[in-house]
Amino acid sequence: MRAVITVVGRDSIGIIASVASECAKYSVNISDITQSVLDEYFVMIMIVDILRMTIDFTSFVDAMERVGNERSVKIHVMHEDIFNSMHEI
Amino acid sequence: MFNFKAIQETVNMIYEENLDIRTVTMGISLYDCQSDDIGRLCDKIYDKITKSAGKLTSVTAELEKRYGIPIINNRVAVTPISYMAGGLRTTDDCVRIAHTLDKAAKAIGINFIGGYSAMVQKGAIDAATLLIKSIPDALSETELVCSSVNVASTKAGINMDAIAEMGGVIKKTAYLTRDSGSVGCAKLVVFANVPEDNPFMAGAFHGTGEPERVINVGVSGPGVVAAAIRRAGDCDLTTLAETIKRTAFKITRVGQLVAAEASKMLGVSFGIVDLSLAPTPTIGDSVAHILEEMGLEKTGAHGTTAALAMLNDAVKKGGVMASSHVGGLSGAFIPVSEDAGMMDAVACGALTIEKLEAMTAVCSVGLDMIAIPGDTPEDAICGIIADEISIGVVNNKTTAVRIIPVYGKKSGDEVNFGGLLGRAPVMEVNSMSPARFISRGGRIPAPIHSLRN
Repeated sequence: MRAVITVVGRDSIGIIASVASECAKYSVNISDITQSVLDEYFVMIMIVDILRMTIDFTSFVDAMERVGNERSVKIHVMHEDIFNSMHEI
Repeated sequence: MFNFKAIQETVNMIYEENLDIRTVTMGISLYDCQSDDIGRLCDKIYDKITKSAGKLTSVTAELEKRYGIPIINNRVAVTPISYMAGGLRTTDDCVRIAHTLDKAAKAIGINFIGGYSAMVQKGAIDAATLLIKSIPDALSETELVCSSVNVASTKAGINMDAIAEMGGVIKKTAYLTRDSGSVGCAKLVVFANVPEDNPFMAGAFHGTGEPERVINVGVSGPGVVAAAIRRAGDCDLTTLAETIKRTAFKITRVGQLVAAEASKMLGVSFGIVDLSLAPTPTIGDSVAHILEEMGLEKTGAHGTTAALAMLNDAVKKGGVMASSHVGGLSGAFIPVSEDAGMMDAVACGALTIEKLEAMTAVCSVGLDMIAIPGDTPEDAICGIIADEISIGVVNNKTTAVRIIPVYGKKSGDEVNFGGLLGRAPVMEVNSMSPARFISRGGRIPAPIHSLRN
């Protein structure tokens, strides 16, 4: 079971590190990252494995939102099902 | 493997283009609440609703987090209250049930409850007559209760006596809620061919052939469709229809996912996904702006009906493959007060009631959230209803009227209902009288093509 984490906002040092360490804290394994910076604008999409996650999904969403608020970027966590339903027939 | 472009598209739809689930509506049967004692009837109705839908808001809140998609409204639709006939002896009994529904809705934290309704397309049972009489009091004394009356069907024809009565009911409701812009009328719909599984308010109720409990979901997404059309650029209409279909497919898949998960978590059967494009007053969430993106200078321009017909058809074609069960109203909504683009089009004189009526011939659902002068005669309101209802009956489709004769306001004024109900310019009504036609009463016979067997 996987989730997608998207991060959008002004670039600063350590954004990936803080997202990754929050993942590690709850045994969420990162399986893929794509990331770019355009005119100081940071965009990252991270695919994570949540099979062994130690907290429930809702709390993980809240935890990531807190990280986003601390770093002044928008972080959204969404279950893979929404992408699968929307883009696969 | 995930496609990062697809992920970005989904995220943009939700966070930039206002994609949301407009409503998760639980239908609840009240048949087992029947009692000839009004007190006991009310208690049983309250218990049934609060027990059945007690977890509705917490389940949708969890789904909202899981999928990152906003779920705007949680609602309940119940068996038409006029069918609780054994317990209804006076209009006061009816109003008492309205208070019970209101109390139950507040207890479970939903924002509307539908089903203060009657089906009178061929004639009224005694309880339906009482219920219709009680609508003005019920809507003015409660906050969350929504009411609907089906006055016609393609099979039964048009009950003109019921339409004549509804003119008075609407005027009285407007008067009793005059301190809040006659908002009572925003919670009252007059239907032809009413669907029995519609998740949208104010017309939702739980039909007679429905299961004990059911989850119906209404999706939204005018902003997503408008953005897709914008990206498509100056393509021809065949390509544009294809673009709309693809977008509608994606929107509806989200509705299907949420509906399936919500019904699983609540242990309730999954009913339908309603494919309607439902606008809100928010900028970027307007059906009128889709039509304008298609190439009309302003909604209401000649060509509007054609553009809407194509839009409505493409949305259905895309949506129907995305969901296992489609139902409800399933068509583009064109409410004036709930759509920023419609409001602008009316305010600048591009859009009139007559044009809106023509538009309803090619989409659901009817003359919706239209404010008219408070001194509009009852007969004129009946004439507006009869016209709209006949479009539905003859074309074998749902049509409806949700019209607000705003007490004390005249054409050109504005009324603000607040929230999702929006604000509306008061529209001019044709001043010629249909009084003699309406006063004839009786039933307009069912059209010949209703005989299909």
